[in-house]
Parts: sequence; structure tokens; C-alpha cells
Amino acid sequence: MGLETKPLSSLHAKSSYDPADFEVPTGREEEWRFTPLSRLKGLHDGTAAASGNVLVTVDAAPEAVVETAGRGDARIGAAYVPADRVSAQAYASFEKATVVTFPREAVASEPTVITFTGSGEGAAFGHTVVVLEPMAEAVVVLEHTGSAVYADNVEFVVGDGATLKVVSLQDWADDAVHVSHHHARLGRDATFRSFAVTLGGDLVRLSPSVAYTAPGGDADLTGLYFADAGQHLEHRLLVDHSQPNCKSNVVYKGALQGEGAHAVWIGDVIIRVEAEGTDTYELNRNLLLTDGARADSVPNLEILTGEVAGAGHASASGRLDDEHIFYLQARGIPFDEARRLVIRGFFAQLLEKIELPELRERVFARVEAELER
Amino acid sequence: MSDSSRVRSGSTLEIRDLQVAVEDKQILRGVNLTVKAGETHAIMGPNGSGKSTLAYAIAGHPKYTITGGQVLLDGVDLLELSVDERARAGLFLAMQYPVEVPGVSVSNFLRSAVTAVNGEAPKLRQFAKDLKAGMDALSIDAAFAQRNLNEGFSGGEKKRHEILQLELLKPKIAVLDETDSGLDVDALRVVSEGINRFRASGETGVLLITHYTRILRYVKPDFVHVFAAGRVVEEGGPELADKLEAEGYEAYTKASA
Repeated sequence: MGLETKPLSSLHAKSSYDPADFEVPTGREEEWRFTPLSRLKGLHDGTAAASGNVLVTVDAAPEAVVETAGRGDARIGAAYVPADRVSAQAYASFEKATVVTFPREAVASEPTVITFTGSGEGAAFGHTVVVLEPMAEAVVVLEHTGSAVYADNVEFVVGDGATLKVVSLQDWADDAVHVSHHHARLGRDATFRSFAVTLGGDLVRLSPSVAYTAPGGDADLTGLYFADAGQHLEHRLLVDHSQPNCKSNVVYKGALQGEGAHAVWIGDVIIRVEAEGTDTYELNRNLLLTDGARADSVPNLEILTGEVAGAGHASASGRLDDEHIFYLQARGIPFDEARRLVIRGFFAQLLEKIELPELRERVFARVEAELER
Repeated sequence: MSDSSRVRSGSTLEIRDLQVAVEDKQILRGVNLTVKAGETHAIMGPNGSGKSTLAYAIAGHPKYTITGGQVLLDGVDLLELSVDERARAGLFLAMQYPVEVPGVSVSNFLRSAVTAVNGEAPKLRQFAKDLKAGMDALSIDAAFAQRNLNEGFSGGEKKRHEILQLELLKPKIAVLDETDSGLDVDALRVVSEGINRFRASGETGVLLITHYTRILRYVKPDFVHVFAAGRVVEEGGPELADKLEAEGYEAYTKASA
């Protein structure tokens, strides 16, 4: 398939299913300059042999239809065209895709959990499609564990009036490499809620994107990450407002501790000429807990129409506030616990957004465990 | 004046020749002050005289550098202890501008503080009871406990919350930094009643820092110290406050300039 370009915007101009349409990244490109390419284990230059295995299992709600589809299935790649070389490589290399469909007006009675379990050496490629037909409602949990070198694409097709809530938990083993695109395509009056939690892995580069096919779409993207010594955790968001009267809200917060802990957050929002009445906001905050950690945070807001309902962004990276710690310590609370309370507080408002109590507790427990390290 | 001459086993805070700098600027130039259990001392003085520096230096705020002297609580030098150790030793500082801490609820914070100071977690039922009683006494709405620490609190709510902590943590010595600032008369009365409940046992000492004499009508001091240019320049009984009320600080600021 040939190259498609979107000349209206300077952002994300390129997309193709064929990795050959993308130059092998050198690290000088804007979209790759933060990523340590040498740690990608060949995912970016075609040298990663697909000799690994990531086991995909689905524990589905009774209302869901779960299928394993071959490469020729028309639903694959229907909503998303890969936007970079690794994404295209994943698209060109996966063997079987997982397709989960929630039929028209189905209201899922329980969450659908898709588990991705890596089992060691060698690269693996995957593709997942989650389809909500019009007026359907579902909660989908993507859980990534184990050791892997994994590149994949996930398509969320949210039909007219449908509501999809996704929690994606990147809880990989210390040596894992994961490069992933999550693309949501929202129909008329569709609602999409995404919560990404990235804790584990040597290198995780997750690129969530949202597109709208009709007015009234509402996307809320939340993220939480905790980078330890040596970890590279990168989140690259793109919300492409090409339809009138849609909403988007992006809030990502991360904590970093230890030598070489590196977090990257890119928040791109495009409001195209036809997207009048858009209401968008994006925010990234980083808490640097030690020396030697680094956070790069780059919000980009490109507005091509004068008729927006709201458009804003904010980004801040800083250390724990001495005044917070002093106040708690002045009430007898020891330093370590004061620090824990403040960091917990930093994430608390995000965690409250996870509506499933069990899942919220689990994520909370994992964050606590990170703090103990 | 309370019966400070009576022999008691209560605590004593002794500030000896305390010298404190902020960055390279010397603020306190040798402060001497002794507060015994059952006594209330008012420290009064013009803005910039070092009153708040005294409070924060005793509590151990990292911004302040001790350049000399001692602060002894029952013989233990607080200056050798970390901020939280000082609080657990029995020192409490009610702050003029309590900081907002996002995401930490008042109830969670108070339970953590009580646990730390008592050395063990309070029984949940008892804690809930004490908390409710404390909040009722200070006319604090019950929903307050679920709010984030000091976030969006009005000036009056912040001060009530400081006094609520004072009553729950039961320190040996309380330093109250401009607790009266920014309060309307009703809030001032409620807050003053809380301070009076705290000192009613006679086993605790209070160091009340204020610019104005207004709060001293509700919380009667035993001793009044006038602060100027980083040291105590005059001491007396409650009548000294009346003199300041009438004459202001002008005489002291001129003398020290």
C-alpha cells in the first residue's frame, strides 16, 4: 500500500502499512530523538527476528465476541494506518490478530481482560482490534507482563453513541521492550476513556492516538507512570480533531527516581479547520524524586480554526515540594512516610478515575510497591 | 496570671541565645526565653522583627540556619532532632500559612499524624469519635475530613484546622504563629476557645506570636515579650500588651534602627 499524507498539518504527516515507506530512524528525527534506539533490539530497523512469543489470552465478558483473525481480515487496519516505522513493522509482521467485538447496544456486564504475557528471548509482533458497535458499552483491560521484545498496534473502533473504557497496564519485567500504538476512532457521540499505567520494562514507548469520524466524540486519556533507575518510559499522544464539536482531555502524570530514569511525554493536539467547537485540554506533570532522573515534556497544540470552545495545555516538572514535606513532618510524620503521602496524593486524583475498585486497588498497590523500591 | 509558681512535673521549653540566619542574613540575634507548662507567653513585635523566624527555626524549617544557641525541651536539644522528631518530642507549630497538599485527605493526614505522635495507630472508632468532637468544638463541617489538606480552605478554615490538630496531637509546647491573622471576630473566638481548651490542663505551655493585641483579649497571656530586630527588647506581664495597644511599636523600631 502506498503512502498517505495529511498535508493540512505539519504534525504526523506520514502514515503507511509498509515499513519500507519509512526511513530507518537515526535518532535525529523529531519523533525519535528522545528514544534510545540501541535499546529497541532491532524493532526499528528490521533486524529484530520474530522468534519470540507473547501469549495473548482473553477473559471476555459474556456479551463480547472474541475471534482470532488472519492477516487478510478486513477489520484489521480499517481504523488505523501505522504512523511510524515500528508500528508499520508490527503491522507487517504479526501473524494473528485478536478481534473483540461488542455487538450493537450490548452493555458488557463485566470487564474484558486481554492479557499479553511475554516469555523471554526474541521479538514478537501483535495486533488487536476492539470494536464497539453503535450504542454498545464495555470496559477492556489490557495487561502486559513478562519478558518480551514486543511491537504491536491496537485499534479501538468506538461506534456511534458507544462507550469504551480501556485500562492498559504495562507491568513488564525489567528487561522488556515494548513499542505500541493505541488508536481510537470515535463515531458520532462516542465516548472513549483510556487509562494507561506504565510501570515495568526497560523501554516502553506507547503512542495513544484519537481520531473522530463524526461530531460529538468525547475522549479522555489519562496516564500514570513511574520510572525507576535506567528505565525509559515514553508516551506520545496525538489527538486529531477533524470534526466539529468534539472534546478531548489528556492528563498524564509521572514520577521518576534513580539514575537514568527517563520519562518522555509528547502531547500533540491538532484542531483542523473543520473542527469548529472543539474543546481540548492536555496536561503533563512529572515529579523528579531523585537526582539523575530526567523528564522531557513537550505539549504541541496546533490550531487551524478560530472557532474553538476551549484549547489549552500545561506541562510542569519539578521536585517534591519542601513545604509539603515540612508540613507533614512538623506533625510528627517521618520523612519517608511524608514523602509517600505526598506522592500518593500526586497520583490520587488520577487513580480515582479508575472506576473498577478491584483494578484501582491493584494499580494503587503496584504504585506503592514502586515507592518501596 | 496563672499559678506558675506552683511546683509541677510539666514540660519546659528553654530557648538559649538562639541565633538564626536566612541565607546570609542574620535574623535572630540571641533570643532567650523560657516557657513552662501552664504558662502562656505572647511574643509581639513589628513586621520583620523575626517573630516567625523564631517559630520556624524552633520547628526546624530547612530554610533557616541555626548559627548559635540551643532550644531545649525538657533538657533535650530540639536543634539536634529532625523536624518530625521534634514534633514527636512534643513540639507543635500552628502555622500562619498552612500549605495545601493535593491528594492527601484531611482525615488520612490527621490519622497519620496522630499515629506518628502517639507511636501507635489509634483505634478507628475512638479516632472517629475524637475527630468528630474536635471538629464540632471548632464548628468545622463534617465534610471537611474528606477534603484535600488545606486545599481551597478559607483563611478561617485553615486556622481552625491548625487548632484541631493542636487538640488532637496534645503537644507539650505549642507555638502559634499569627493564628489570629485573617480571622473575623467569630472565627477568632472559636479558635481562641480551642487554644484555651488546650491550655486548660495546665500541663502545656503556649508561645503565642502575634502582631496585634486582639487575640490577647480571648487568650490571656501570663507574660508578654516585645521583639525587635531579632531579639527580645522588653518583657512584662499582660499590662505590656495594653501599652503596645495604646502606643504601638514605634518606640521599639526607632530604638533598634
